[in-house]
Amino acid sequence: MNNEVRENHFTSRGWRTASYIYLAVMLVLLYAPVIVMIRYSFNDSRTNVVWQGFTTKYYAKLFHDPALWEIFFVTLFIAVCVTLLGTVVGTLGAVGLSRTRFPGRRIIEDFIYFPLVIPEIVLGIALLLLFNFNGIRLGIPTIIIGDTTLVLPYVFVTVKARLAGMDPSVEEASIDLGADRMYTFFHITMPAIMPGVISGAFMSFSLVLDELILTSFLADAATVTLPMKIYSMIKRGVTPEINALTTIIFVAITVAVVVYLVVSEMKDRKRLREEERRGEAAE
Amino acid sequence: MKGQKNLAKDTRKKQKHSRRETLSNAIMCGPITVWTVLFIILPVALLVFMSFLTKGPLGRIEYKFTLANYAEIFNPAYVNVVKESLLIAFWTTLITVLLGYPLAMVISKLKKKTSGIVTIAIMLPLWVSGLIITYSLVIMLNASGTVNTILMHLGLIKKPLQLLYNSFAVIVGMVYMFMPFAVLPMYSSIEKMDPGLLEASADLGASPAKTFFKVQLPLTSPGIFAAVILTFIPCIGYYMIADMLGGGKSMLIGNLIYRQFTVSRNWPFGAALSVVLAAIILIMVRIYTKLGGSMDDLA
Repeated sequence: MNNEVRENHFTSRGWRTASYIYLAVMLVLLYAPVIVMIRYSFNDSRTNVVWQGFTTKYYAKLFHDPALWEIFFVTLFIAVCVTLLGTVVGTLGAVGLSRTRFPGRRIIEDFIYFPLVIPEIVLGIALLLLFNFNGIRLGIPTIIIGDTTLVLPYVFVTVKARLAGMDPSVEEASIDLGADRMYTFFHITMPAIMPGVISGAFMSFSLVLDELILTSFLADAATVTLPMKIYSMIKRGVTPEINALTTIIFVAITVAVVVYLVVSEMKDRKRLREEERRGEAAE
Repeated sequence: MKGQKNLAKDTRKKQKHSRRETLSNAIMCGPITVWTVLFIILPVALLVFMSFLTKGPLGRIEYKFTLANYAEIFNPAYVNVVKESLLIAFWTTLITVLLGYPLAMVISKLKKKTSGIVTIAIMLPLWVSGLIITYSLVIMLNASGTVNTILMHLGLIKKPLQLLYNSFAVIVGMVYMFMPFAVLPMYSSIEKMDPGLLEASADLGASPAKTFFKVQLPLTSPGIFAAVILTFIPCIGYYMIADMLGGGKSMLIGNLIYRQFTVSRNWPFGAALSVVLAAIILIMVRIYTKLGGSMDDLA
């Protein structure tokens, strides 16, 4: 039915062609920087200005740069810690705050959204002042605290959206039948909100991998993350190593996204098939 | 007698149940409440406190109350920075919405599965890294870069254009950075709209243009508001894009704040600027929610 309306609303062939062309042009524009980045990572020249022939030597160079690997693992470590912490605190909070009333709850909920709207530089400075006033030394722990504060509202919102679409009577039934809150949380609520939790975690992870502003305010001199490294490399002048590095990151994330899509598609099909089978059995 | 005993047992059981209830509520609400108080409310309070302190020699801070940091913002040089930031944010937002709305419309007309894939394709470059996209734009826009080369090959220009290190470059960079995020809320508001209303409008004799402006645009305005907020706000605070594409010539509020904490070492003034920036943004968000916008659409 929906399709029928869509067809009608989409009046002429000309419109359809025009809109496909528009979509194509926008995608080309959006991907132009990505293509340039990949192309120049294979350029046999120190500068990124002229094309001088194909080479993979910058990739080889990257793999033999121990300092870069260390930076990579530090960044990964921070991202994993932040994702775990942010997802657990954010998920528990979204469920808890939607089910309980206590004085000050509204204020807390308002402030959770703060990092979403406040520029990262303001949040970074505010946290820097906090650590400074309390004499806390900057380093990886302070970066983890800062980045977690940044990702919390994203997890909170995605989980809250799933909760809103959930039938509350299912939880009530579980409690009426004698299960306690914890049991209900793990066996009823969690499975229902899982997609929200996963997408919140995914968002957190990719945010932290690319996080520069907060991190550079909260890092000590000895700690360097990948975005910080890339930024300082760019400031010193463009080199093909950065292109090679970012091409690898791009390919890795693209592969991860495609795998995720394929897996969820397969799950969907499997579920549909099972439902069909169940339907047949019922008949 | 037996009934009483049972009742007592029942109450005890209920009490135990409710105590466990309180405990599990505390476990769920506790962490996020403590986190919010410690790492959002407290730091923001400190920031406001700092903005009233006096800058001492060598960037030290003296605990003397002053309003001078706020008065300093009205220095013409700084007023210009604020004006330039708002102007760039305005143009970026306008271009983003004008380009993004048709894109959201096109995506909403695709089949469900295709539209999901296209949305992901649009987000993908930014998921990878906004920093890298900005850096690629530097390569593309410089004198012998891709854009100039193509334009010269086409014979449209004789000399390379100065595309980099000006406000134009900053706006291009910002549009690249924020458009994918702005498309999402517009797309979801178009998707939620009842297409029957558009048909009704057409059946009643309205022209396509009239249907669009009188029916579709008002119905999807929450999505457009969300897109405006999602573009305008980060625009004012982002200092890296102005840094890389503006070549230091384009000084925005974000850059000015950053300088106070690095080069100038004037923390109280930087704090005052941050408070003003945050206040401007919170007022905008307030207007947005008053007009019926949801905070949840901003994630």
